Amino acid sequence: MNLLQVEQLAAGWRRPAHRPVSFALARGEILALAGPNGAGKSTLLAALAGSGARIFSGDIRRAPNLRIGFQTQHLPPVAGIPLSGAELLSLTGASPQGLPEPLAACLRRRLDKLSGGQRQYLALWSILQAPTDLLLLDEPGNHLDKAGLASLPSVLRARAARGTGIVLVSHDAELARACCDCLLRMEPCND
Amino acid sequence: MTDLLPQLALFWRPGLTGALLALLLPLLGLYLRLRQEYWAALAYGQVGAAGALGALALGVPQIAGGLALSLAVAGMKHRLEKCLPAAGLFPLLFILGWSVSLLLTANLPGVERLGAALFEGQLYFAGAEMLCGAALALALGGFFLWRAGRLLLLACLCPAHFHARRLPAWPVRAGFDLLAAASLALAVMSLGVMGAFALVFIPPWLVFALAPGWRAALAAAPVLALLAYTLAFALALVHDQPFGPVLALVLGALALPVAVAARFAGHAERGK
Repeated sequence: MNLLQVEQLAAGWRRPAHRPVSFALARGEILALAGPNGAGKSTLLAALAGSGARIFSGDIRRAPNLRIGFQTQHLPPVAGIPLSGAELLSLTGASPQGLPEPLAACLRRRLDKLSGGQRQYLALWSILQAPTDLLLLDEPGNHLDKAGLASLPSVLRARAARGTGIVLVSHDAELARACCDCLLRMEPCND
Repeated sequence: MTDLLPQLALFWRPGLTGALLALLLPLLGLYLRLRQEYWAALAYGQVGAAGALGALALGVPQIAGGLALSLAVAGMKHRLEKCLPAAGLFPLLFILGWSVSLLLTANLPGVERLGAALFEGQLYFAGAEMLCGAALALALGGFFLWRAGRLLLLACLCPAHFHARRLPAWPVRAGFDLLAAASLALAVMSLGVMGAFALVFIPPWLVFALAPGWRAALAAAPVLALLAYTLAFALALVHDQPFGPVLALVLGALALPVAVAARFAGHAERGK
């Protein structure tokens, strides 16, 4: 049974943002969405998440009781908020097990006392390891340092191996090659 | 001390009412600050004051009028926000509430005393109905925040994930707004507009700067507020002063040096 079945879908906000796309995603599969800026990749993710993007044509069929995790490009606004890394993970139900050692060591510190890279990795981890069946990731490599970027493909593959389907948007062709089973090239809708 | 004990015996009911609110208001303040809505505290409070004065003028119990108007505003919040430019709703409600309250106080002799009490925070007039209201607000509010606190945080920090997970939205929208509005309306009728706002604003402001995490903030804010409240209550009784300004002064006097020290400590840490 597919987690997602998308048929001739065109999503957007005021008008369709991309040409119609069709694909299916099974458990354990990783699909990369590629294409130039403005091709509607983030909009498609928002439509898949059911987060407000309008569907102009086509259809999305989701598996029953599908639990979706959605990471956008925006970092959680934690500046000035007393929230530790451990508390962020517990908010989404993510387990800290498997977190790289330097980050595991600073879980008790306030997020706004960490570096931007550490914050981004913890924010990503909080969604990546949340109890979900389908993960929608928008540029997960943004703001990560070299070590974080290097570990990302294996973390994504490990998550997929546990039966989670992943749709990711990334401009990093190397990341897409390293971990994705298939790639969907999107084009902007210029009509 | 010999002066204080008989007065405490006399004023145990208002004292307990204020103490219950001193535990609840900083908890609400933490979430209002998180949602960047602390203007709402002033707005709900001032609208509640206008409702209480209006009710008194109409011969309706003040507590009913204050709660009804404040809850009505909270219930319409999302609709009103859609009609107004960004972030204008709460300041506007505060200004309108203040204006209506003062006009009612100035023009209706019957409500003059209550009007003065609402602005000064004459806690000593709080009766049994106010004590029951405060106890109920603390019980309901504590239970609500215990059950829905995680949702409130998640909706604020990871809104896309919150919506994608289809988590219940009513606690984050109407639930919290109604709780805040009812609590603020009650608080204003006993602690005064600024006394209530001081409890909503100052302890959360401090713990946001100092607490190592959210749980610590949830524990520290009510403790800090209760300490300041107890000190203010004793000072106001002994020196026969209106309670609201004394509470605001005590909270400010406690907070300012700590906030300045925290600011410098933050600069020093960033400088390392």
